[in-house]
Amino acid sequence: MSRKVLDLWVGFFVALGMAALLVLALKVGNLSGANFAETYALTAKFANIGGLKVRAPVKSAGVVVGRVTDIRFDAQSYEAVVTLYIDGRYRFPKDTFALILTAGLLGEQYIGLDPGGDEKMLAAGDAIAKTQSAVVLEKLISQFMFNKASEGPSGN
Amino acid sequence: MNQPRQPWSLPVIVGSIGRPVNNALQRLGFASRFFVMLLFCSGQSFRRLHLTLREIYFSGFQSLLIIMVSGLFIGMVLGMQGYETLQRYGSAEALGVLVALSLVRELGPVVAALLFASRAGSSITAEIGLMKATEQLTAMDMMAVNPIARVVAPRFWGGVLSMPLLAAIFSSTGVFGGYLIGVVFIGVDEGAFWSQMQASVDFRFDVWSGIVKSFVFGIAVSLIAVFEGYDAVPTAEGVSGSIKSTVVKSALAILALDFVLTSFMFREA
Repeated sequence: MSRKVLDLWVGFFVALGMAALLVLALKVGNLSGANFAETYALTAKFANIGGLKVRAPVKSAGVVVGRVTDIRFDAQSYEAVVTLYIDGRYRFPKDTFALILTAGLLGEQYIGLDPGGDEKMLAAGDAIAKTQSAVVLEKLISQFMFNKASEGPSGN
Repeated sequence: MNQPRQPWSLPVIVGSIGRPVNNALQRLGFASRFFVMLLFCSGQSFRRLHLTLREIYFSGFQSLLIIMVSGLFIGMVLGMQGYETLQRYGSAEALGVLVALSLVRELGPVVAALLFASRAGSSITAEIGLMKATEQLTAMDMMAVNPIARVVAPRFWGGVLSMPLLAAIFSSTGVFGGYLIGVVFIGVDEGAFWSQMQASVDFRFDVWSGIVKSFVFGIAVSLIAVFEGYDAVPTAEGVSGSIKSTVVKSALAILALDFVLTSFMFREA
């Protein structure tokens, strides 16, 4: 086989491999969408983060606007400190509400941002003051059982 | 006059344990030395690039058919089996995630490497082993051509460079196979299939770890293939034994390395 033909087939093979890598990166993975060009950091303290994980999405009105980048435990206040990286294009008011929500019944947990009506915007490094912890199923059930029990025999 | 040895005397037992251990250690030492020699001699395989390109053609391009067909079928089987299990929990939309993650993280690199070892690794061993048996390697040495630089290194680098590309092609055809079964035949929602996949497959953690894995497998398989060929007993029987041992050792090395690499990668995440 002449060297030209050989080069052609090797080139074809390498191009196909590169194309496959590109497919994996763009179509299968989320290289294009997830890496925001410009981000700023916010922190939020939660009494309980449930099953929230690093890299979980931060959504507002259902749209992904950022990612959870760090979760720490604050030994002073015994709370979880969650660091969020928010897309630089979006600004949120000072009185934005951060909630830990669950996608579906047993799905992944993510952080939802409910914007308030404040004129001032959150700047990089600010802390979100108003937060709501994750709903822990066991607590919910025990609350329910407690309520049932306190209703007493009159309920039956 | 020497006394005939008893069949189960202590020296016989110690010898029967010691000899294989001794041989294995000696071979391991030679393999390490061979690897270092190979690395030192591989400058030439890049300076005379057409030697390496020829090997990429033989071990990479010619493996394309088997890699793509097996990738397609594995993706289709994953699509069917995954749908069968997921629809019990009412989450058939997660089919894309299941197919893509299992292919990109595990099946792509591992199965592609196993196929590569049996398709390309065995032929590399056979080629080098036969060259040794017909004394071509010795002849090269006589002509002051270093056989490691001329024959072994291009085959090694051809395999190392082909392997990640083959694994990526395997994974993408597999995802396409899963799409074919899941979306086209079964009727999972197309948007959910792709969007859930894109939401949970991360480039750095999943795709990149698959590429690193396939690169490591490429080094292991190519090294085993060229070493078994170079170290073959130069007879017909010896060469056939080397080919068998290439396939067996490559498979074991791939699976063991996969365990080690996976445990490292999961600790990071």
